[in-house]
Amino acid sequence: MRIKKTYINGLGCISAQKTFDTVFLEEAELNENDTILSLKVPVYKDFIPPVAIRRMAKGVKNGIVASTLALRDAQLETVDAIITGTGMGCIEDSEKFLKAILDNNEQFLTPTSFIQSTHNTVGGQIALGLQCKAYNLTYVNGSVSFESALLDAKMKIEEEDTSSVLVGGIDETGDYTMSLFKLIGFIKEENQSPYTVLNSTTKGVVFGEGAAFFALENEKKEHSYAEILDVEILNKLEVQDVEKRIIAFLDSNDLAITDVDAVVLGYNGDVESDLYYKDLADSTFANTPQVYYKHLSGEYDTASAFGLWVGVKIIKNQTIPEIVKSNSLEKSAYKTILLYNQRNGIDHGFTLISRC
Amino acid sequence: MNKGVAITGMGIISSIGNTVEENFISLMNNKVGITTIENISTVHTDVIKVGEIKKTNQQLVDDLQLSPENNFSRTAMLGAIAAKQAVKNAGITSINEYKTGLISATSVGGMDMTERFYYEYFENADTEKYISSHNAGDIADKIANELGLIGMVTTISTACSSAANAIMLGARLIKSGKLDRVIVGGTDALSKFTINGFKTLMILSDGYNKPFDNDRKGLNLGEAAAYLVLESDEIVKKENKKVLARVSGYGNANDAFHQTASSENGDGAFLAMEKAFQVAQLKPEQIDYINVHGTATPNNDLSEGRAIVRLFGENKTPDFSSTKPFTGHTLAAAAAIEAVFSVLAIQHNVVFPNLNFTTQMEEFNLVPQTTLKHATIEHVLSNSFGFGGNCSTLIFSKCE
Repeated sequence: MRIKKTYINGLGCISAQKTFDTVFLEEAELNENDTILSLKVPVYKDFIPPVAIRRMAKGVKNGIVASTLALRDAQLETVDAIITGTGMGCIEDSEKFLKAILDNNEQFLTPTSFIQSTHNTVGGQIALGLQCKAYNLTYVNGSVSFESALLDAKMKIEEEDTSSVLVGGIDETGDYTMSLFKLIGFIKEENQSPYTVLNSTTKGVVFGEGAAFFALENEKKEHSYAEILDVEILNKLEVQDVEKRIIAFLDSNDLAITDVDAVVLGYNGDVESDLYYKDLADSTFANTPQVYYKHLSGEYDTASAFGLWVGVKIIKNQTIPEIVKSNSLEKSAYKTILLYNQRNGIDHGFTLISRC
Repeated sequence: MNKGVAITGMGIISSIGNTVEENFISLMNNKVGITTIENISTVHTDVIKVGEIKKTNQQLVDDLQLSPENNFSRTAMLGAIAAKQAVKNAGITSINEYKTGLISATSVGGMDMTERFYYEYFENADTEKYISSHNAGDIADKIANELGLIGMVTTISTACSSAANAIMLGARLIKSGKLDRVIVGGTDALSKFTINGFKTLMILSDGYNKPFDNDRKGLNLGEAAAYLVLESDEIVKKENKKVLARVSGYGNANDAFHQTASSENGDGAFLAMEKAFQVAQLKPEQIDYINVHGTATPNNDLSEGRAIVRLFGENKTPDFSSTKPFTGHTLAAAAAIEAVFSVLAIQHNVVFPNLNFTTQMEEFNLVPQTTLKHATIEHVLSNSFGFGGNCSTLIFSKCE
């Protein structure tokens, strides 16, 4: 039996950059002065009724906008599955509800922020908006939250009953949570700028937020961006085993290191976490064009969805913008791209895409 | 009928027992776990009752032999206990011998510690270790570490249907050959966050929950964790494994009606059950027992009941019961503990009673099984529904 192929036929990306009304990062701005990158807020009222906007959490609004863009891009009205990934969910509403509980000794509470706080709010609200009663799932596992969703989406397409899937990664920043992350050094210390992601010598990351959605179909269309060849996740891996694992992953897709035309790595500027990419950059993929992206998006659990957006755009445009190059190599054609992301050696995601 | 995926092990900790055996004895003897809350200090102590596991966090730390420096949330500890039991029950000694995965489920992750130390974090450095435990994925990563598992690990959060989706994904991963073996289930500890959340929604009962009763007043929250081990038929054959039952059907649909309420006709529930029957290649009349979601909220039981009537026919509904009067509603773990109960029903040929029922609902002619009943049980259907419109159905079948 021939396994059905999975094509990316539409994109929608809300991030700290202008990523939905531009070609490909030509207006990107590098901000190395802040420890938290806020996203470029889209004009919500172009996508969501004003009454609803007021009630909705930030992540929900961004998720709705990004998913709407992806569907429009793919010329789809609805889908056979909605699958989302989010690390922290609607953290602002969680903060709001928890603070209200603690500050008022569990009294005088209203349910609104509790209702909005569940991790699956974005997936549920998209379904509600589209009146889509299909398969709906939300994954919440740190830096493989999005890859888990993508893996499920690909499995759905390969199973019998699904021809289209909306898959996305969403995370939002919340002030109190950010202050906690600063307290334990997840986020870099203030007044230490410039915060460069490559060749960083300090712990911690520049944090971010975003929503990136992809419309997947089992059919290649004229406007198809790329094909998803494979997705794999792994909870734990030692630094010295990364290369071996990647070779095995490529091999299971009948590919070798030399077949990879560009590698997109999840550098986040944390000196220890980034050790995982060092050997890949210096040796395994020394002759391969290398790409990084979290200097533009910031780090968050589903930043790799922004990374996939970058990879897909490279295939579509057949060029790598200067601003995301981490070495100076180029290729005449970008057919196969490997994406690898992890955080602190936990939750590794491998994604392979190709030109279709 | 579809052969389904083999279940070779299970583990559980709930308010009615710390092991599968203890849970079974409680179910057989009407021993309920709904009590006054003890482990969480809350202003609602006198007005709510919960399905609480009567072990302190320190006792759980001791049970797991964790170091004093550990940063396990209660949710992670409950999960680790149940997952370890399941792996042991399946007779697994070398966890990474086959391509093995872990699919866990939780609603609010490490919230139980977050809410305890939220402000203290800035004053007491000893508490800081729990900040990173908030992330829902931290629980699955910790459970995987406790099991020594290296492989595919992920977490699902679709509110109260979460664990059903974890079991469904696990079955699909085995069927597709992506994994040979997978540990699936969910865990949720009680927290002030969820207690107050459900309280503001005014769906907490002030007494004992009465599913499918005309005078039902809402739910009792509970805490629990349960995991199943699913294995490929190749492993079952090769290692001559005992199969407890099989996951024969699963379905997931969205009600697309309201963020926290179910539609009056139970569209999502109906679709989820319908899909599960398609996957299982079974007909409604082949179901011997429905373990209903049955939270005892006015909205859920009406919506679920309507969906059941639509699918089975009002006078053709098989024996059904909600086991939530025993355990409370354990949110993201609910479908996992009810999966264990469904397997027990198949193994022992019993229908567990729907306690606290007195008056039939006026909307339809559905009366749950209120006493323990011995009958041949070949197929059990289990429903789980959650906020966000998430509806999931699982079908468990006797192994031939």
